[in-house]
Amino acid sequence: MPKPKVAFYWCASCGGCEETVVDLAEDILGVVEVVDIVLWPVAMDFKYKDIEAMPDKSIVATLLNGAIRSTEQEEMARLMRRKSQFLIAYGACAVSGGIPGMANQFPREQILKFNYEDCPTIANEKKVRPQTSFTEEGRETTLPQLHNVVRSLDQVVDVDYYVPGCPPTPKLTKLAVTALLEGKLPPKGSVIAPDIALCNECPRKETKPNDISFVEFKRPHQLLMDDKCFLAQGVVCMGPATRSGCEAACTTGGMPCTGCFGGTSRVHDQGMKIMSSLAANVAAKDEAGIAKTLAGIPDPIGTFYRYGLAKSTLRRKVNLPKEA
Amino acid sequence: MSNENWEPRIVAFFCNWCTYTAADLAGVSRMKYAPNIRVIRLMCSGRVDPQFVCDALAKGADGVLIGGCHPGDCHYVEGNYKMLRRFDLLKRMLDDMGVEKERVRLEWISAAEGEKVKRVVNEMAEAVKKLGPLGMPKKFNEWDSEMEHFAAHVAATEAASGCGCAVHGKKETVHA
Repeated sequence: MPKPKVAFYWCASCGGCEETVVDLAEDILGVVEVVDIVLWPVAMDFKYKDIEAMPDKSIVATLLNGAIRSTEQEEMARLMRRKSQFLIAYGACAVSGGIPGMANQFPREQILKFNYEDCPTIANEKKVRPQTSFTEEGRETTLPQLHNVVRSLDQVVDVDYYVPGCPPTPKLTKLAVTALLEGKLPPKGSVIAPDIALCNECPRKETKPNDISFVEFKRPHQLLMDDKCFLAQGVVCMGPATRSGCEAACTTGGMPCTGCFGGTSRVHDQGMKIMSSLAANVAAKDEAGIAKTLAGIPDPIGTFYRYGLAKSTLRRKVNLPKEA
Repeated sequence: MSNENWEPRIVAFFCNWCTYTAADLAGVSRMKYAPNIRVIRLMCSGRVDPQFVCDALAKGADGVLIGGCHPGDCHYVEGNYKMLRRFDLLKRMLDDMGVEKERVRLEWISAAEGEKVKRVVNEMAEAVKKLGPLGMPKKFNEWDSEMEHFAAHVAATEAASGCGCAVHGKKETVHA
């Protein structure tokens, strides 16, 4: 019997998710033994054409990481969807837009202008921008175009499972791959991580007070290292509104949770939910005092929607430019 | 987008003990106010989850009005303070998401202030009318229209090649 085919693909991402696959360490050998990897651009040489030539649904599972931000990424997402029985949104960017999703606060023109013209480290006197097509000596080259909107994978194609995290842990990855190979599949649309808040597995849980009362918000570097609950110390920690499954990697390592696993199934909008919780526990009762305390959170969108702006309820700040 | 017959739709979250009762009072006193609000009764303004506000806006509301008891008068002692604190950040976050601050309003209206319900609702309807529709559902469709071009292109290439794939290397239709 031929080995089941598996593919890994990356879109708008940093490569950290690929790193997690490598972090399976020796276990990757076990995976390679039982599956046939047909596409993994970061590590192995395959051609898109070979994938295009495969019959539809002939890949058992594709683990796709990264947000969808360009025409090429969109085309590949659609291709991998067609060729795969199961498409798995792997990592925070594919699940909810991730860090690239924060670009939804700005118009595309502003982003391109800054990166190719205004950025202090750029020398581009002719103000050259990447073009979608270019002809030289009669040969035409094409480049993908940047979309106006950054999207999560499921805003583009149908997704079967979600593996959250920035990046997902090797443990969850193994869990997902094992479930696929053994055919022990959870219901479609499941998130492969525990459906309970991070606080549940946080080593600082014991010191979380019943009544939290914020007088001022501090940043982690303003604290002495200790092992008390971050919220008790006035540090923004997204733990209460974030799914567990990361084995409390950040809070164990001395940093507050930034919410990369997304919300639990009861949370519809992670950013609004944590904002609701934190703000309600401010000590002040008058408008001026409240504003003063909350000024300690200077960028609420970047703080609370760090990984989830693309998938949030309102999705995006700016409208699209009017078509010429 | 704007036509003269357009009327704003405002979702109002009123607390059971003060503002909802005040709206009742306005009703039995036969006061007339703008018909643009759809009232949802909650037990307390402290129950207004910011998710509700976003959801209302995302589903087509042009504004959201939140009404609670005056500070110190909350039936549950602290609920309205919780709303007041959330409202500070909520306004900033909505502003950062491109929703004008006049579209969301928090007011303390006691059970005796039927007149204030009338005034606040009229003012708000007027302010939102001036701003025009928020139209989030329409915006979502507009934002996603950049994908329709591409889906159509893939379908066309598939039909043409018969191999079920948009072939790389061939010229792609580039869309704005």
